[in-house]
Amino acid sequence: MPLVLEKRAERSTRMALLSPVIAIALTLITGAVLFAIRGIDPLHGLYVYFVEPLTLMWSVEQLIVKATPLVLIGVGLAVCYTANVWNIGAEGQFTMGAIFGGMIPVLFPAWQSPLTLITMLLFGIAGGMGWAAIPAWLKTRFNANEILTSLMLVYVAQLLLDWLVRGPWRDPQGFNFPKTITFDGWQLLPMLSGSIHLGALFALVAALILAFVMARMLKGFEIRVSGNAPRAGRFAGFSRPRTIMFCFLLSGGLAGLAGITEVASVVAQLQPQISPGYGFTAIIVAFLGRLNPIGAIFAGLMLALSYLGGEAAQVSLGLSDRIAKVFQGILLFYILACDTLILYRFRWLKTQVSATVQPAE
Amino acid sequence: MTDNGGKNHLLEALHIVKTFGSLRANDDVSLFVRPSEIHALLGENGAGKSTLVKIIYGALQPTAGELRWHGAPVTIASPAAARKLGIGMVFQHFSLFEALSVAENIALALPGAFDIAALSQKISRISKEYGLPLEPSAIVGDLSVGERQRIEIIRCLLQEPKLLIMDEPTAVLTPQEADQLFLVLERLAKEGCSILYISHRLEEVKRLCQSATILRQGKVVACVDPRQETAASLARLMVGGDIHVVRAKAKSQSGKPRLVLDKVALKQDGPFGVSLRDISLAVAGGEVVAIAGVAGNGQSELFDAISGEKLLAREEALVIDGKPCGRRGITERRKMGAAFVPEERLGHGAVPAFRLSENVILTRYASDKNLTKSGTIGRDAALGVSERVIKSFDVRKGKPDPEARALSGGNLQKFVVGRELDRNPAVLIVNQPTWGVDAGAAATIRQALVDLARGGAAVLVISQDLDEIFEIADRIAVISRGQLSEAYPASDLTAEKIGLLMAGEHEVKEERHAARA
Repeated sequence: MPLVLEKRAERSTRMALLSPVIAIALTLITGAVLFAIRGIDPLHGLYVYFVEPLTLMWSVEQLIVKATPLVLIGVGLAVCYTANVWNIGAEGQFTMGAIFGGMIPVLFPAWQSPLTLITMLLFGIAGGMGWAAIPAWLKTRFNANEILTSLMLVYVAQLLLDWLVRGPWRDPQGFNFPKTITFDGWQLLPMLSGSIHLGALFALVAALILAFVMARMLKGFEIRVSGNAPRAGRFAGFSRPRTIMFCFLLSGGLAGLAGITEVASVVAQLQPQISPGYGFTAIIVAFLGRLNPIGAIFAGLMLALSYLGGEAAQVSLGLSDRIAKVFQGILLFYILACDTLILYRFRWLKTQVSATVQPAE
Repeated sequence: MTDNGGKNHLLEALHIVKTFGSLRANDDVSLFVRPSEIHALLGENGAGKSTLVKIIYGALQPTAGELRWHGAPVTIASPAAARKLGIGMVFQHFSLFEALSVAENIALALPGAFDIAALSQKISRISKEYGLPLEPSAIVGDLSVGERQRIEIIRCLLQEPKLLIMDEPTAVLTPQEADQLFLVLERLAKEGCSILYISHRLEEVKRLCQSATILRQGKVVACVDPRQETAASLARLMVGGDIHVVRAKAKSQSGKPRLVLDKVALKQDGPFGVSLRDISLAVAGGEVVAIAGVAGNGQSELFDAISGEKLLAREEALVIDGKPCGRRGITERRKMGAAFVPEERLGHGAVPAFRLSENVILTRYASDKNLTKSGTIGRDAALGVSERVIKSFDVRKGKPDPEARALSGGNLQKFVVGRELDRNPAVLIVNQPTWGVDAGAAATIRQALVDLARGGAAVLVISQDLDEIFEIADRIAVISRGQLSEAYPASDLTAEKIGLLMAGEHEVKEERHAARA
């Protein structure tokens, strides 16, 4: 009885919502197996990883702090991927946002006014946009593969940051550590509650605005058409190059904003390591959230939990913090696999057939 | 039905049932093919012809029912098994490698190791024997559609089939090429090879076939001798009622030209594209002008040039209602009153994954003020338009506002045409208005096109279907290799004359250009 995949007549809305749930369940099962292989009680492992972080006020705040950049970047990428535009370089745009925004306090350390913060944020957005404009331009002008160009630019941005904080922007009083001066006052984002900063609000607003744009506005319609059926998009009079540029600028700008909010809050200075890979993890956020900006909020929280769980696993189970990356990778793998079920369904073939000619009786 | 014991039938398909989910594509279908006969399988799109043929060719397995070959029950598990039995099939859409030669393409389809030289000789021999001229060393990319079909036929003949299935073979041929094909088929039948001939061109079937099985909605409705029937009676069996004949032929006084093409030229796009050269044409309000031609002679390029999906070099090359617009995009041309229906419904004329109401927005967001409100989409207005189109064109669907891909080809085509007609455009350009559409829907669409023209609009139809063209066109031009002939009044043209034009009679030859220069 062979199992076959059969195409559905229409996409299944039920499966579109169920797919991430199935993927999460499969990830947990695989995780339990991994724990067992390492000699850890699977249930205890899963509890420490996924449940314990939610039981403490402190870690719930941390969850939101970590979800903030993930959601900011993830909603932009969701729009990009809906348009079939593959910006894989959000991590680089995040870094450029941090560099451009961070330039203000580094170069004008004495400037303290609300305008300082606003300028930093605007510079951060501009930095991310500018960096994203490069692969977009290469794509529209030379048809260069945006996956490769945007990804390669990540490493350029990271090396640029590395050079800046070790060289020209290094804090003269920093005992030669590769760090800039610590930001202070209006160089930092105001706090909303506990350790949650204003960036969380940015993420929420960005998700809501983009959800409206995608569902109700002509621009969102254009993006969806362009991604779904480019030929029909051209027939509708929508310009594909314009869509590519728009998506890159939007997602790059949001990644840049995430970068500057991160260094103007959690990190409070520029240093070689400013992100545990938020730009890459946000790719999973976009897919887990069904490429829907509201879905990205929940997906962002889920993946923030995988970071917190990774830290917890390191502390109380003695596992490497790489375990977070393993869980994220497994999750993305399962989501992409489960998404097949949106357009296809499983069916058991009943009869086994053979190519034989039976003589008549 | 001519069921007499079975022993003298080559192929019997008995009580075949095939279900896809809840759809019964074949519902107790029986088919009998005698040796040496040309047997027609007639039916509208969706009648279940392809399903039945795929079962016979081993590409699908029946849910219930039995196949018999020379009277013995067989299970045909795969196309390879079918070929082993002696069943060959020529598909409507060929699967050939354009960069390889004829012999190499055929070698790829044959089992076992191959020897190109020996095979080439065999190909030459068969091609001479059957009057199917074909050069084994020619590269497929350089060949016409008719020649490519010959490759497929020869590929089947090499395996010495006893039953050859032909799926809509003349859909892509000129009348002359089709005549030649009929001679080959008749000869094959005389030599003992049965032919199962799938078509919905009734005249062909009447001329060629000795018996016909007619399917409607998955069931056999009749088994007749087509030579004893009229085209009208066959059509009635196929559709289940009289086909509505398009009328209102009396042409109104021709108005002012509303669509003018003036020496339109466009460089080809990619190695397999066609360059448009010096295309001039004027379509007046009140008339239907048709452009005939064999597929791949620049029709889609011409459509793109008129619609504005590809911009022209000169503003004056295209004039809509007196306004030059050669360098303006499709949205601006729509705002000037033009409407377009492309050949490909799914993915070009409509977004497959979008609901019908969303597909209304696709082409009408700029020209209909109430579909957008300060950047937001008027979903209720779109739904209203969609329902109006569905009603006036009798679009059949499973749920209130389905995704475009859930509709059958004919129904989606009615929707895509209806969406543009509902705007009451000044100028309408349609590419293959009834391609792959059943007879009932085709008649509805053709009538709507004629009515639109009689209402004062200029209608330009690009079509490969000569019957359709003669049915609706006031004037006819022919496109061949990117050049357009003069537009002749339909009454002055015969199918033969069109055939000659399709073969390129009007083409301006390079040498003559050179001589003039």
